[in-house]
Amino acid sequence: MNQGRNLFRTLVLILGFAFLYIPIVSLIVYSFNSSRLVTVWGGFSTKWYGALLHNDQILNAAMLSLKVAAISATLAVVLGTLAGLVLARFGPFKGRTLLSGLTTAPLVMPEVITGLSLLLLFVTMEQIIGWPAGRGMTTIIISHITLTMAFVTVVVQSRLSQMDDSLEEAAMDLGARPHKVFFLITLPIIAPALMSGWLLAFTLSLDDLVITSFVAGPGSSTLPMVIFSKVRLGVSPDINALATILVAIVAVGVVIAGYTMTRQQKQKERDAQMALAANQQMIESVKKG
Amino acid sequence: MATSPRATQQKFEPWTDPDAKPYVRIEKVTKKFGDFIAVDDVSLSIYQKEIFCLLGASGCGKTTLLRMLAGFERPTSGRIFIDGVDMTSIPPYERPVNMMFQSYAIFPHMTVEQNVAFGLKQERLKKDEIDSRVNDMLNLVRLGQFAKRKPHQLSGGQRQRVALARSLVKKPKLLLLDEPLAALDKKLREHTQFELINIQETLGVTFVVVTHDQEEAMTLSTRIGLMNHGEIVQVGTPSEIYEYPNSRFVSEFIGSVNMFEGRLVEDEPSYVRIGCDDLEAPIYVDHGVSSAPGATIWAAIRPEKITIGRDKPDATDNWAAAVVQDIAYMGDMSIYLLRLDSGKVVRVTQPNIYRHADDRITWDERVYLQWYPESPVVVTK
Amino acid sequence: MKALLKRVGLQGRSVVTAVPYLWLLLFFLIPFVIVLKISFSSTLIAMPPYEPLLHWTGDKVLQIKLNLGNFAFLVEDNLYWKAYLNSIWVASVSTFFCLLLGYPIAYAIARSDPSARNILMLLIVLPFWTSFLLRVYAWIGILKNNGLLNNFLIWIGAIDQPIQMLQTDFAVYVGIVYSYLPFMILPLYANLEKMDLTLLEAAADLGCKPWQGFLKVTLPLSLPGVRAGCLLVFIPAVGEFVIPSLLGDPGMLMIGKVLWTEFFNNRDWPVASAVAIVLLLFLVIPMMYFQRAQDAEAGGVHR
Repeated sequence: MNQGRNLFRTLVLILGFAFLYIPIVSLIVYSFNSSRLVTVWGGFSTKWYGALLHNDQILNAAMLSLKVAAISATLAVVLGTLAGLVLARFGPFKGRTLLSGLTTAPLVMPEVITGLSLLLLFVTMEQIIGWPAGRGMTTIIISHITLTMAFVTVVVQSRLSQMDDSLEEAAMDLGARPHKVFFLITLPIIAPALMSGWLLAFTLSLDDLVITSFVAGPGSSTLPMVIFSKVRLGVSPDINALATILVAIVAVGVVIAGYTMTRQQKQKERDAQMALAANQQMIESVKKG
Repeated sequence: MATSPRATQQKFEPWTDPDAKPYVRIEKVTKKFGDFIAVDDVSLSIYQKEIFCLLGASGCGKTTLLRMLAGFERPTSGRIFIDGVDMTSIPPYERPVNMMFQSYAIFPHMTVEQNVAFGLKQERLKKDEIDSRVNDMLNLVRLGQFAKRKPHQLSGGQRQRVALARSLVKKPKLLLLDEPLAALDKKLREHTQFELINIQETLGVTFVVVTHDQEEAMTLSTRIGLMNHGEIVQVGTPSEIYEYPNSRFVSEFIGSVNMFEGRLVEDEPSYVRIGCDDLEAPIYVDHGVSSAPGATIWAAIRPEKITIGRDKPDATDNWAAAVVQDIAYMGDMSIYLLRLDSGKVVRVTQPNIYRHADDRITWDERVYLQWYPESPVVVTK
Repeated sequence: MKALLKRVGLQGRSVVTAVPYLWLLLFFLIPFVIVLKISFSSTLIAMPPYEPLLHWTGDKVLQIKLNLGNFAFLVEDNLYWKAYLNSIWVASVSTFFCLLLGYPIAYAIARSDPSARNILMLLIVLPFWTSFLLRVYAWIGILKNNGLLNNFLIWIGAIDQPIQMLQTDFAVYVGIVYSYLPFMILPLYANLEKMDLTLLEAAADLGCKPWQGFLKVTLPLSLPGVRAGCLLVFIPAVGEFVIPSLLGDPGMLMIGKVLWTEFFNNRDWPVASAVAIVLLLFLVIPMMYFQRAQDAEAGGVHR
């Protein structure tokens, strides 16, 4: 009976992963197709990669997207960590529910609504105080921060609730003021969560289309905007090449992450053994008196 | 060592000295969480170099009281004085008080050395002084060779010592311990109990310990404060609490006890007789009792204070007839459960003095119980 | 001195709270108020292309010109309420299929060897880290008339002529399920992985067959994960724009597309705003439901 269940499980996993990965694999395969008609095979070729590297429009857009993503991810981590800290550690206060709602809503809000509302805000602000002057990199960054900080908050808040808060109390008991406690104790312990929060914010920013379309100005086209305008007209093999490069980068990142995780796992096992041995030693020495 | 470390304890009774100034003074402290009263109008005096245990069941308020001493909770009303200074609103990082947490709370990203040095670094001491004090402390708790290890490479007992070293290295006036022995292996517990006492005496620090384990409290403390529902029910030395409980609750909480409910039949200043429906003979107690006439009172008799015999005693008081219902042989002693004619079950413990007793009392035997007039403790609430 | 320190301590906390709070108020909450305001305005050929709500009349009296016409327009013109209903329908069906696909996968991973679990989850999440846009684009290549799927079906002889799959509702369903699958799997997996397996052992011990154990123990306990996953898929799917644009029929009525068209093609900001407000009203209740679920899981309210 166990075998039946194992079979079912394996089947589900195979089908599931097939469904998830066949589209990605197809993108990669057809990026090497010399024929422009992406799905009709015309022979192996890397010419689309060459075309990609000479496409200024795409390269400029990529540059802009990377800059925007890096800046907004960093600021989103700062804001998101503060929000996560407040929600996880500051206890009930007036307005907590609203803050909680404001940090949850962006997670699910349809982007057409967020995008429209942000643009209208920028227009109104420009009317009243003259800033931001026109739409461009600044408005895109502000919008991305607003969207992605919600994700960082969720990650940080969850990590903080898992963390033993008596660690922070112990630090205060030993004489450290609250801000020192945060920088010396809390931050080092939740650092991995901040890292994954940054990566999450970076990816979301890099990939964002709808909100960016609303708040971008003339001359500030991000990579997703360029891709979208191209693929609206049909398949385009240089986009396949771009996709392949992206997948390769992500795959390398995932492999590194997986490798690090396995190594950490092994280290933890070794430490636990050491602790067990130490415990035995202590009991022995107590018995001897 | 010629004298036992606790030989001096016989004369250590600062609470009896009217001129002694308490080191910690808790004055009518109450703590409410919303409508829930966690600590209810508690007043306590704790003297220097005591090991004072707050004992009680879960939820009785002892941990909340401890946290108020540490500064993690603010009293809703009342004041707390430490060494004469009003500490009620002082935050934890400014108090000369340190705490050992139940989970030890060792910083996982720092080595043992760094953990112990943390508090000293916050005091901005010179590096040399920090190093030497950390070294001394690690040697005192016998962790010298583990200085460079990280917490997850240590056993539970070792982590506890790191926590202890970390708090004590700051030379606090007061050390608070939250269930210090709860997480230890049983074998280590007894050993650690005595180690804690030794360290406390060597350093002369005042300890306040919170525990739910009465054995722990009895072993460690100079005095115990028993708590129930947020109130201090009785304060006293371990023997005072055990032999002179002031209420049914106290006598039933510590150890086991046989409780006889009755009324005063004779009420004199030098003795009383208590009539009890479960017993054939009245209970004669050799001291006076202050109680309203006709009120219900209880006589508490500890299991080890009752003897079992086969012959009917010819006394007029302090005996009862019973049938042996159950015997638990523990090796060093035996626990007897005896059923009185009224149906009440009495618990008696006796040491197994004789090795080859073929004539031991056995199941279903009809026996007679007796106790001395000084043995029952009369409680009125 | 102590009083000053206390004030600083309190201020420290207030500052920490204020920074993200103010940001979100300014850049998230206030924009919605502005959208509401503009939904009551009317179009102008100007920049910005709408009439201001407040203005001074000749005799210096502040006048508010509320134009409910935009909302009336939404009710009168069939296009809008059909788009709303269709969007909700499409989102619901997609969520359902996402659940159908996602639950077995999450379950299979949660019940695998502990050492394999992390790697498997990493592989599930990997596509999520690649571009959403590009993954939707991939389906164009697959569902086209001379695309991968049609070529495959013709090759194995199942069909003679290519089936029209791209630019149909079917393609949109596939696209949504595919793109949002990780969002369904993650909360489900988190829930199933934490489940105490000894509960199933107890059930078996008491006479439950495995499938009964699943129905009576696992399924009920996994409901919070199901709820989170469904909301994470349904709410954004209602307002989806990219997938219907790339994969669906140009005439397909999805409210995300309608909003985009009103804004970019018709330059009718007030109507676009009205569309957004009504959509928001539809989604308020699911969103509150989602927030309550999040709060329960996050459990961060401290002493």
